[in-house]
Amino acid sequence: MSTRKIPLSRRQFIASTALGAAAAATGTIAMPSVLRAAGTPVKIGVLQPVTGPLSYSGTQGQLGAMLAIEEINAAGGIKALGGAQLDPMVGDAQSTPAGGTAEVEKMNAAGVSCIVGGYASGICLATTQAAARYDLPYVVDVGVADNIMTRGLKNTFRFGPGFGVIANAAIDNLIAINDAAGKAAKTVMIVHEDSLFGAGLAKLLNAKLPEKGFQVLETIAHPTPTRDFNTIVLKIKAQNPDLVIPANYYNEYVLLARTMQQQHVKPKGIYSVLGGAASSYKFVKEFPEAANGIMDCNHWFNPLSDKAQALKKKVEAKGQFFTYEVYLNYASIGLVADALERAASADRAKLIEALASSTWAGHIMPYGPTKFVDGQNQGAAPCGTQVQGNDIKVILPAKFADAKPKFPIT
Amino acid sequence: MLSPVILIPALLNGLLTGAVYALVALGLTLIYGVLHIINFAHGALLTAAMFAAYFAFKVLGIDPYLSVFIIAPLFFAVGYALQRFVIGLASHGEDRNMLLVTLGLAVVIENALLFGFRGDTRTIDVPYAFQTIDLGFTYLAVPRLVGFVAVFVVALILWLIMSLTDIGRAIRAVAKEKLGAQLSGIDVAHVYAVTFGLGTACVAVAACLLMPTYYVNPGAGNAFVLIAFTIVVLGGMGSVPGAVLGGLMIGVVESLSSLFLGDSLGQVGIFLIFIAVLLVRPQGLFGANA
Repeated sequence: MSTRKIPLSRRQFIASTALGAAAAATGTIAMPSVLRAAGTPVKIGVLQPVTGPLSYSGTQGQLGAMLAIEEINAAGGIKALGGAQLDPMVGDAQSTPAGGTAEVEKMNAAGVSCIVGGYASGICLATTQAAARYDLPYVVDVGVADNIMTRGLKNTFRFGPGFGVIANAAIDNLIAINDAAGKAAKTVMIVHEDSLFGAGLAKLLNAKLPEKGFQVLETIAHPTPTRDFNTIVLKIKAQNPDLVIPANYYNEYVLLARTMQQQHVKPKGIYSVLGGAASSYKFVKEFPEAANGIMDCNHWFNPLSDKAQALKKKVEAKGQFFTYEVYLNYASIGLVADALERAASADRAKLIEALASSTWAGHIMPYGPTKFVDGQNQGAAPCGTQVQGNDIKVILPAKFADAKPKFPIT
Repeated sequence: MLSPVILIPALLNGLLTGAVYALVALGLTLIYGVLHIINFAHGALLTAAMFAAYFAFKVLGIDPYLSVFIIAPLFFAVGYALQRFVIGLASHGEDRNMLLVTLGLAVVIENALLFGFRGDTRTIDVPYAFQTIDLGFTYLAVPRLVGFVAVFVVALILWLIMSLTDIGRAIRAVAKEKLGAQLSGIDVAHVYAVTFGLGTACVAVAACLLMPTYYVNPGAGNAFVLIAFTIVVLGGMGSVPGAVLGGLMIGVVESLSSLFLGDSLGQVGIFLIFIAVLLVRPQGLFGANA
């Protein structure tokens, strides 16, 4: 067991010592690589919140991970391990950090080589820490909170971008789009949900936008769930901003967009950051009118990648939407498989080394070859997207764009 | 921010939102008034009814405003059966058992929905969803107006059932004096089940009115139930006019306090009013003096 620098609460201490003893008792299972024969399946933990409030995202993430595992196995498994198959161990984080931690303990006891997933920042913070106790490699699929990666956990890797990178890209993109449109937007209103994600973003926007010549008329916080957006929309209507910036989850986003349509509120643009619905094919399909023209800065696949397009077709053929949970998990499993090939071992320490030195380029995300510094993939970045003609197009960065921004829309 | 341009629309909006709260609270207060239990399965039943309205529209193509005439009787039957054959039997006449059984039912229903339909958020797109009436200074969404009117219709129907029919008289008799009613030959188990059925039919109506503008997922109903509990206590436990007035009042308070305090703090306004009312009138606005 590694020594941990994080202060322990009484409860965590009791849990860790009790489970540490259990892990010692099952030591042979926890370090199976010594005895592993060529071709022995490699166990991979697929940890998602498949029940509770995050169940939709969790189910989508699980789908992405399982598709990647199926494809890798069908293509002959891990060749450096004599064609070893990936053996997924599915776990349910129950949409809570405690639920996620319990699954990590189970997966560790079952001898997985690596865990992929977590989804929410709160869950990832807890699960990465639990996995660190066993030097168990952990790839965060989504969890954007910056402090997931800044605690010095050697086992923790994140393929996708963190919050700070996304927020900065969002602001840069917005300025680029607005400048190209002759500074059409001068006033903005921010509507955000009041937890870490929305409130953190609102704070950042409030700090940076005035420097760039925007006037923030009002910042409105709302809880999740919010049943009714009429009052908020009335406020927007009264102030009549050029630009509305929402930062909230899917359900609230849908209600906000619909209420704006009902109340005939049409700003020059809606620009969301990690918008719950703005880069969701489901939203576009169900509310084409409300969605049209909405811009977003969010996780997005590389639209120019044939592999990504093929995966999109495959997911849609299953009757599911191609959401970011799907492709981020798909890519994260690919990252692990690539590391397993180079490590030529399912040993946890060797796998951590291989992940840390990863230069994987054959993936579906617009990140370029991987390069990890303290576990964070340096090339990871979000895309600027816009709903155009009932489809979602990438408008920025130009290198991956398949459409030009349309702004202002009214 | 005090300009009437925004104040009056916010007030109207509060009334429209409050109407739907009132409808959910009506079912709850009815069940409390007669069975003297808090029905914890109320939110789950609301969600189930929303799913029913969703599928009636998506699969059978029936508009929620028409399917309410199928779904409300259907949920009356569901509620009747639940009380008669599940809650009543499992609780052996103990009030606190009933409470736990309804709590268990909520867990079962919610997870069955989650298992069957995943956690997806679903919405329906009816042609009138975005129709509004232009009042000059604001727009009133047609589906929300329909909901407002429907609440009074439902309350009126309930009142007529209660005051004019035999079963209504029996329900009132059981609510007042259970043993006495039993001795006069009233089938208490039947009355309980009818009441539970009526309460469940109320949430079914609320579900059909919500679907054109709201979404459904396996947890959607819960957003309305905490507020409905508040309304029931505020209006007086078991009081039908109390639920209607309480609902409208909470709607307005929520709308105005979210206007002045912001949406995160807006919920505080509800509970401040709640505490204030209970300090002055512990039995609630329309509660009978104990």
